[in-house]
Amino acid sequence: MNFLRNFGIAIDALLANKLRSALTMLGIIIGVGSVVALLSIGNGVQQSISRQITNIGTNLVTVVPGQVRITAGPPTSQGIRTATQVKPLTDADANAIRERVPNLLGVAPELTVNNVTVAFQREKILITARGVTLDYNRVRNLEIAQGRWFDQADDERASRVAILGSDAADALFGGLNPIGQTIRVGNAPFTVIGVTVPVGAGFAGNPDTSVFMPLQTAYRTISNARTASGARRVSVIYISALSSEDIPRVERAVAQVMRQQHAIREGAEDDFTVLTQQQFLSIADSITGILTLFLGAIAGISLLVGGIGIMNIMLVSVTERTKEIGLRKAVGAKKRTILMQFLVETITLSLIGGAFGILLGVGAALLVGATGIIATTVTLESIALAVTFSFAVGLFFGLYPANRAASLQPIEAVRYE
Amino acid sequence: MSELVNVYPSTSPEPQRDDPPIIEATNLTKVYKMGETEVHALRGVSLRVWKGEMISVIGQSGSGKSTLLAILGALDVPTSGSYKLDGREVASMNDDQLAEIRNQRIGFVFQKFNLLARNTALANVALPLAYAGLSDREAKRRAAEMLAVVGLGDRLHHLPNQLSGGQQQRVAIARALVNQPSIILADEPTGNLDSVTGKEIMALFHTLHRERGITLIIVTHDPNIAAQSERIIRLKDGLIEYAAQEVQTA
Repeated sequence: MNFLRNFGIAIDALLANKLRSALTMLGIIIGVGSVVALLSIGNGVQQSISRQITNIGTNLVTVVPGQVRITAGPPTSQGIRTATQVKPLTDADANAIRERVPNLLGVAPELTVNNVTVAFQREKILITARGVTLDYNRVRNLEIAQGRWFDQADDERASRVAILGSDAADALFGGLNPIGQTIRVGNAPFTVIGVTVPVGAGFAGNPDTSVFMPLQTAYRTISNARTASGARRVSVIYISALSSEDIPRVERAVAQVMRQQHAIREGAEDDFTVLTQQQFLSIADSITGILTLFLGAIAGISLLVGGIGIMNIMLVSVTERTKEIGLRKAVGAKKRTILMQFLVETITLSLIGGAFGILLGVGAALLVGATGIIATTVTLESIALAVTFSFAVGLFFGLYPANRAASLQPIEAVRYE
Repeated sequence: MSELVNVYPSTSPEPQRDDPPIIEATNLTKVYKMGETEVHALRGVSLRVWKGEMISVIGQSGSGKSTLLAILGALDVPTSGSYKLDGREVASMNDDQLAEIRNQRIGFVFQKFNLLARNTALANVALPLAYAGLSDREAKRRAAEMLAVVGLGDRLHHLPNQLSGGQQQRVAIARALVNQPSIILADEPTGNLDSVTGKEIMALFHTLHRERGITLIIVTHDPNIAAQSERIIRLKDGLIEYAAQEVQTA
């Protein structure tokens, strides 16, 4: 008795009770469908978060003041240190990194000033101003949609030139061409020389709602922030490594330079934190991984219910077909042959249900994705998982009814009415 | 003429033969548990059958004749006693060995035909061959041959409900014969048929018996059928009755 024959018998038996088979399948269809759909939502969220992290820049190593520990677990007392222990970063730190850490793509300190009023004629918006260096657009993966990025001369002369984020440009100018127009940032007039390509909100602020200017210009116009010793403050230093493999070396070297800069004694703790994208990614992945698992588990419950439905129907079917089973055994079917026949029947039922479920799930995922509220990504893994699940459900929930069928005595064929 | 037989015949003597019997049952008992009560369907039946015999098993309902046939057909196992088929002890066989006996050595014909309703005559007859491991093609070829033997060569692709009762029983007989067993066991094979069709089926059994040398054991309550066989075994209350003739109205 080969598999194909059993498959033929299974199809025949399922067709004998079309409505019942369809209703039984419905449980699996909904179960598998929700597994596929919810996993696609989980995966979509995971991917969009990963994309946001990657959008911060290329092979990015970030230095922030104070000691920040990011963990996926519950917050602890070590979470963030008090501000009194924070020593600010300075442009001297950035220069030291640039000079003493070899083989970098770029070092880009940023002075961030939140809630700066930017005005063009009568339009006024409140956005984040970022005083940055020449390297910044390269380090942060910012592309220019219109106009240009500032050049060395602008930086040295502290020219009052501004590059607007795409949303900021839209808000100020609407359909007008912003290039060459004069805007006010704070109280100072600036000439708009460029607009960036939209990138969306990320983990390090949203460039789209920012105005960028040369660092030296920022010191003269919007923030004269200095440390106690008189050095120029920067809010954060972005460093771009040449490759992702080089990130650990850069991370170590930067930390070493920073300790020297801040004169931290041997054994004392850092008063700054070096963060890598990889850290962000792994934290985000572990959070979204839990989310995906959670969604999958909820969907798994409906699959379980579907499986119980299959078992229920198969038990009814075995009772109804006592005479058929007895007859098959009477003409020489062995126990395992009958077992296989019924197992193949349940597995066929759940696999066909699974196939429809995948269609339903993919459809639902596309529909959810089309609304634009949540990103969805149907992965091959989730489909493979769904197929494996429906096979396993068929096997698991089919085993008991099949075993019951196989254990029937052939004499039942004669006796059962 | 046979309608005039009003006397229930009693158990015939064993034939005097030198060859070993193909069936040798000794002291078979069968006890069913129906809830709290025990039903003693067989209480010690001993019986020998030789190759090529045509035997009728008679007795009133509840006498244990169907139970005996089920045990001889390896559809059921005795509670105690020994059953040797071709010298091999069947009573102690495991499930798989019993399945093989049912598949290869014995053909069973039921009162209610027991055909698979959604399978054609051909597929029904091919079923034991499929379980014997034959290829689909070979199984169908041999099934078609056997259907021709029982006179249904032109009904291969009919479903059971497209066939008359007599034709269905012929399909069932073809199914019993298709693996070329040495013994055919039939439980009231004409019980669901009208008398004319019943006679045709009996004629088919006679032909198979005569031409193929098949050993036939037929359970019946019809004295006319019993009268056609070479030997009669009469059961009463789970025992073979050897007593002198009793007179009963049929």
